[in-house]
Amino acid sequence: MGLFILRRVGIMLLTALCLTFLVFFLTNLYPNLEKLAKTQGNFRMSDEQVESFLEKGGYLQSTPIKYGEWLGVLPSYRHTDEDGTVQGRCILPGKSAEESPNFCGILQGYWGYSTVFKEEVSTVVGNRLALTGRLMFWVMLLMVPSALILGILAGMKEGSATDRTLSTFAITTTATPEYVSGVIFIAIFTSSAVGLKWFKGTATQAMENPTFENFFLPVLTIALYGMGYIARMTRASMTEVMTAQYIRTARLKGVSFPNIVMKHALRNALIAPFTVIMLQFPWLLNGVVIVETLFNYKGFGWALVQAAGNNDIQLLLAISVVSVFVVLVTQLISDIGYVYLNPRIRIS
Amino acid sequence: MEPLTWTGSIAFLNPLLALALGLMALSIVVWMLASIVLPEDQMTVNPDGTLTSSSSVRNLIQAALRYSFLASVALAVAYIVLGIVMGTSAGIIGAIAQQFLPVWLSLIILYAMSIAFKRKLGLYGKLFDSPIGMIGFGLVMFWVFTGIFGALDLIVTHDPLAQISGMKNKVPGTPLPNLEDGQYAWYLLGGDNLARDVFSRMVKGAWIVVQIAPLATMFAFMVGITLGLPAGYYGGRLDTLLSFLANLILAFPVILLFYLLVTPEIVATGVPNYMAAVLFIFPIIFLGVLLNSRYYTRPNFRTPLLIGVLGVALWLYLSLISTGGYIINTDSYSIWGLPTYLDLFNIPGGILVVFVSVVFVNSPTVFRIVRGLALDIKTRDYVAAAQTRGEGPWYIMLWEILPNARGPLIVDFCLRIGYTTILLGTLGFFGLGLPPESPDWGSTINEGRKLLSIYLHPALPPALALLSLVLGLNLLADGLREESLKD
Repeated sequence: MGLFILRRVGIMLLTALCLTFLVFFLTNLYPNLEKLAKTQGNFRMSDEQVESFLEKGGYLQSTPIKYGEWLGVLPSYRHTDEDGTVQGRCILPGKSAEESPNFCGILQGYWGYSTVFKEEVSTVVGNRLALTGRLMFWVMLLMVPSALILGILAGMKEGSATDRTLSTFAITTTATPEYVSGVIFIAIFTSSAVGLKWFKGTATQAMENPTFENFFLPVLTIALYGMGYIARMTRASMTEVMTAQYIRTARLKGVSFPNIVMKHALRNALIAPFTVIMLQFPWLLNGVVIVETLFNYKGFGWALVQAAGNNDIQLLLAISVVSVFVVLVTQLISDIGYVYLNPRIRIS
Repeated sequence: MEPLTWTGSIAFLNPLLALALGLMALSIVVWMLASIVLPEDQMTVNPDGTLTSSSSVRNLIQAALRYSFLASVALAVAYIVLGIVMGTSAGIIGAIAQQFLPVWLSLIILYAMSIAFKRKLGLYGKLFDSPIGMIGFGLVMFWVFTGIFGALDLIVTHDPLAQISGMKNKVPGTPLPNLEDGQYAWYLLGGDNLARDVFSRMVKGAWIVVQIAPLATMFAFMVGITLGLPAGYYGGRLDTLLSFLANLILAFPVILLFYLLVTPEIVATGVPNYMAAVLFIFPIIFLGVLLNSRYYTRPNFRTPLLIGVLGVALWLYLSLISTGGYIINTDSYSIWGLPTYLDLFNIPGGILVVFVSVVFVNSPTVFRIVRGLALDIKTRDYVAAAQTRGEGPWYIMLWEILPNARGPLIVDFCLRIGYTTILLGTLGFFGLGLPPESPDWGSTINEGRKLLSIYLHPALPPALALLSLVLGLNLLADGLREESLKD
């Protein structure tokens, strides 16, 4: 088991390295750098001005060297102006070149400086992640129990009326992407044209003061899309368990139906949905980006859109590290959890 | 011109429809409750061999459900038929039904032909045994026909890009202020923020989806199959390497990838062209290997066949990836491609990058599915038999394993077209790739959402269109899965 986890962590690190290099390569293509220079300086910069701006920031070195600097395995670039002042990635405002360290990458715990938010990347990512974490917490709290209940009710008796109705509902929710359901919800519940006005159409206030009124719609929009899929998986696993031999034995013994479902079937039926729920995280990240844009909730997904739109290299890299980390850790948890839940599987 | 109401002179049907729908909803609830509360059916066998069901309450509920459902469907058909006959005097619904006339006719012809010959049509024919599959197929074909006829300018009432002054954000059914000759007199679903016709834009948007989604899914399947079969069949190092690459792409959040790939700056560097050149070569490899492995024992037949097929495929490939005589044409350097007089079609950079990134995102998942199926099937007896016979590995993969994996692959193909539609919508929603005035559903939803608290009509039609198309594809996949499991 220990060896298995060790190997997985190794693969994880390799994947993260490859992916960040890919992001690094794409964001450091010259047209992207030119865009960065123009958004940072001004839009009427001549080609020479762009060149000198990039030269100053050390953007014109070769990509592997820049990547090494970002990682913190190579000494970072320093630029000496004509008047003798030294500028560089490691030299924070208000510090002299002598005081600053030579290496400053993620290995040293320095994530860089966001050009969009004018803040250190670690603070930006931390703040935004906290906001998104709150959103995700409520999404999970709404999505997982309702999806499991839906799936179990539908899978209890295959082909029954409940099964048909709930399955249709589950298919409909999986066919409704967040930007469709969000728009429909906003139209019905918040617009003055329909006139219900039960909820707020934006979640901007929810960042300081989340209430049911301004926070429920974004949570519902994300939860609904993921719910159908988990419910269908739960249903499939439940129907499979309900046809198993030991359930038939229990029925023949005269155990009551609610008892069979609660005590005999449920535990085995929940193994497969556990993996599905864990693997659902990367998908939720998509939903988060869409919903945060739609409801103007300035969390992690919103920061991603801002960073990508302005080619904020450092922030984009940090965001991709975080999201890749989330994806890989949930995969690892789902694998390990699967082994613990299902004693028939042993990893040698 | 008077503004149109929703139902016009057939408004007398509205209370009837409301009643039928209400009854149907009520009977569904009762049906569900009854299935939990009532005891299960007791079937008794009569002496003459017939069966009697004891539960008359259940039968009653089922009958109520069936009749209320039939009544709702009949009323919906009545709306459409009356609309086709009466046109705009039957209100907006009537006018829309009339505009969709070619779609209704094609659907009727398609269904009549398919049901008449369903025993000869294999899996496709069996689809018409499953009500869910039929509903799903109907929804999908509705949008396919809408896309095709919309592209032929049969359904649309106005130019989707034309702005008519005085029609900004007007509600559905508003007449045009200064009517010219040959112009349709109303904006059936209202005008959007830039005074364009919402209805025509929705119809034109269907064509974009119908063009790109199935084609991109097919390319993703070609890539996934060409790489997944050897990975599953050979295993070993190749499998480890390919699986690692697939997981690498899958670990990337889709939206981040889109934001990195689908930007004008990336198009300027020519990266999408390189990706297109790599990704689009897989169908050629697939075709070549498929035919070669089948006919290599008959070189007299194989060689001309391969030359013909691969020649056409290469020509298509080169015209696909080269634009204006160049494969890659950036400021700093360019690579020569097919000369313009041989180039069959040109794909604008914006569309190409959308297409390439959608294929790129989808193919790792297909790869994983194909690899899993190949791992499972390669242990079967018929594969061992083919190996004993001395067949080559590619023959076994493509002519023994692949045909036996077709069931799950067809189902996944339908689901994946739906997912691709969602992805295209996501791209439009974030304003990536497609030009901003393009009538695709995602962009239209994105434009409409900004004024959503005051005007609902610009955002809702494309949203519902996308929802119904993806729902149709999901139901179709469900029907296909059910029918293919019955074998």
